[in-house]
Amino acid sequence: MNRFLKDKEHLFRMAALFAAGVVLFLIVRAVLVPKGFGVYGHYRAGALADNRVRAPRFAGRAACIECHTDEGDRLKGGKHAGVGCEACHGALAKHAADPSSLKPTKPDSKTLCQTCHLMNVAKPAKFPQIDPKSHMDGGPCLTCHDQHAPDKEPKK
Amino acid sequence: MNSDRRDFVLTAGKLLLLTAPAAAYLEAVESGKAEEPAYKTFEHYWGMIVDIEKCIGCGNCVRACKTENDVPLEPYFFRTWVERYHVEGAGEHPDVDSPDGGYNGFPEKYAAGDGAKSFFVPKLCNQCAHSPCTQVCPVGATFESPDGAVLVDKTYCLGCRYCVQACPYGCRFIDPRTNTVDKCNLCYHRITKGLTTACCESCPTGARQLVDLKDARDPVHEFLRTHKVHVLKPQMATGSKVFYNALDGSVR
Amino acid sequence: MEEGILHAIQGYMYPNEVELQWSILIVLYPFTTGLVAGAFILASLERVFNVAAVKPTYRLALLSALAFLLVSPLPLQLHLGHPERSIEMYLTPHTSSAMAMFGFIYLWYLMAVLVLEIWLDYRKDMVLMARSETGWKKTLYRILTLGVDNISEESLRIDDKLGRFITIVGIPSALLLHGYVGFIFGSVKANPWWSTPVMPIVFLFSAIVSGIALVLLMYMLICFLKGIPIDMPCVDTIARYLMYAFLVDFSLEMLDLIHRIYEADESFKSLDFMVHTRLYTSSLVQIVFGTIIPIAMLAFVQLVKLSDAARKGIYTLAGFLTLMGIFAMRWNVVIGGQLFSKSFLGYTTYKMAFATKEGLLPAILLMILPFVILWGLVKLLPPFDEEKAAV
Repeated sequence: MNRFLKDKEHLFRMAALFAAGVVLFLIVRAVLVPKGFGVYGHYRAGALADNRVRAPRFAGRAACIECHTDEGDRLKGGKHAGVGCEACHGALAKHAADPSSLKPTKPDSKTLCQTCHLMNVAKPAKFPQIDPKSHMDGGPCLTCHDQHAPDKEPKK
Repeated sequence: MNSDRRDFVLTAGKLLLLTAPAAAYLEAVESGKAEEPAYKTFEHYWGMIVDIEKCIGCGNCVRACKTENDVPLEPYFFRTWVERYHVEGAGEHPDVDSPDGGYNGFPEKYAAGDGAKSFFVPKLCNQCAHSPCTQVCPVGATFESPDGAVLVDKTYCLGCRYCVQACPYGCRFIDPRTNTVDKCNLCYHRITKGLTTACCESCPTGARQLVDLKDARDPVHEFLRTHKVHVLKPQMATGSKVFYNALDGSVR
Repeated sequence: MEEGILHAIQGYMYPNEVELQWSILIVLYPFTTGLVAGAFILASLERVFNVAAVKPTYRLALLSALAFLLVSPLPLQLHLGHPERSIEMYLTPHTSSAMAMFGFIYLWYLMAVLVLEIWLDYRKDMVLMARSETGWKKTLYRILTLGVDNISEESLRIDDKLGRFITIVGIPSALLLHGYVGFIFGSVKANPWWSTPVMPIVFLFSAIVSGIALVLLMYMLICFLKGIPIDMPCVDTIARYLMYAFLVDFSLEMLDLIHRIYEADESFKSLDFMVHTRLYTSSLVQIVFGTIIPIAMLAFVQLVKLSDAARKGIYTLAGFLTLMGIFAMRWNVVIGGQLFSKSFLGYTTYKMAFATKEGLLPAILLMILPFVILWGLVKLLPPFDEEKAAV
């Protein structure tokens, strides 16, 4: 053994150092790699659940209609049937969960209606769009249009 | 003495054996009490349809996304944005703009009848099936989920920005508050609860529709069969799952 | 946040593209790893290809490589959003990611090639110094020799054989080291400025050029500082190899350029505009001042007989121009690749701050650091025999 080691001892010591490094790396790896890594793919399985943690801010029309059945009925069959409630009224999941906790403010029809219906060259031609100054002499939209069924007269 | 001990062991053993089925029964009862059915990841494969013929550039989707997902409001960070195209002739040099991503809509810039065609193009993460961004992530902090959404693990991301470079669509950004990458995750927290994405929910014209390619009853199958559908940058072979209807050739 | 950038945009950029992702720190990284690969290739010329003339620079080349290799990860760490998570690249490397696999190539090259080779080559000197030094220096050298005092003929012969083997393994390792950095960019299909199969090779040859120039300059500088006469056949040979490497590098870059201009694909107009505007100065520095002029100077030396002093002057100037040019090339690749929109419809600007985490100041400090380390290494492990006599 000594004859074999002769003149090579430094190499064996260096090799031992390298081996120790590898072992240390493997230990560190066993400790630090997060649980659930690699279960579905090269990622931490818990990340799927992490991405589901956020509380929705938009409730969705189905939730609104549960209470607001009359608005729901007016929307049916009208030109705004496909428009979600929160498209105009903003994010209201808080209100849907606990109506008294958040009272939605009524949107200002002048600015809100123009968001979609203001004339713009890039909008599809068959989409109803107007120049508010010349359309019906620039009066308030709700004078002639029921916001929930805009092809009908507004509710009196 | 021996028989007492033996009885004890037998009884204890029987009790131990019973705890397993008891636990399972309790779990079944408990989960039955849950308000919503458990989401079965492997039964869904998500995508989106964007219909250019319906988009009116109102910006609802951009605002809704920033609200729903707490995206920084500065104009450098968007999970989704809308572009306006103004195209003359065959569309080799389109004029494109996206003021603050379309967050405040699009002030009129063009005169009617100028001989060009104009339209809006909503953009978002294409939830690629062969995504180049997940390919380059050095650690596995971004990945394709089994149900087809490309997601980010914010506790694992290094913020190296390689994925931002690798995305051909420019849909990723670094969130300055967490120094990790962020992007549209198809409102994963919503779609796994039976809701639709915030952008689809707030789109007034139905230009954006969430689709489940694994659901045989989803209208997407009929839609793909009957419409001329495109993906962005098909030459990149990313397996994009955002399908555009009536996408003009000039769109980049 | 960079409020001013929006106003400096020309045309259309995707909203998320406006701010650059990779800063000057990421320019530094291919530059320093390139110097490592190049210095090592020069060292291997002597050890493996028996180009005896360059022997005086053998040890210096290895030490320079080590100094720059140690500094190379630092700009990356500064750049990361979460540097404390960077160990994840070793714990859960994504094998499809060039960046992740590079971590292992770096580690392999550092430990199994460079450190081992330096250790084997210097072992005799370290043992001698462990014997002759006192105090903390004695302890340090004893640690470095792993407590082994044996420098018999046989042990040194074994060291030499092993060292030669490591150098042979080291050559493809050095090629892989910097070729991989090229691949990190060249494999990004989303970016047409980067995506080209020649990227690894162009990076590699420009690395060789920069590494040779570095060792040439360092050798002449250290000799000058220590009052040692410069070995002229040595620097003449190095300068010749610099010229050869340069010619290959320049040909490859011109090939890529001609190919782009000729094919003129969808990205060409946009890239062409970018080079002529936002990258104009740095392209001039890279191609004219950093490549054509040094090649001309080095070729001139081959054609016309010049005095020692004239040649030294030319080598010094050519060396500096070369380093400047290769740095400009890294700048043009990294920054250039982010100045144009992937829509091919617009351009942004790079607003480099000064005293911020990724500003010019840390970049300058990080470029000075390897020379500080090299100074320490040269003191610890003297590279020249003449020096040792003085010690």
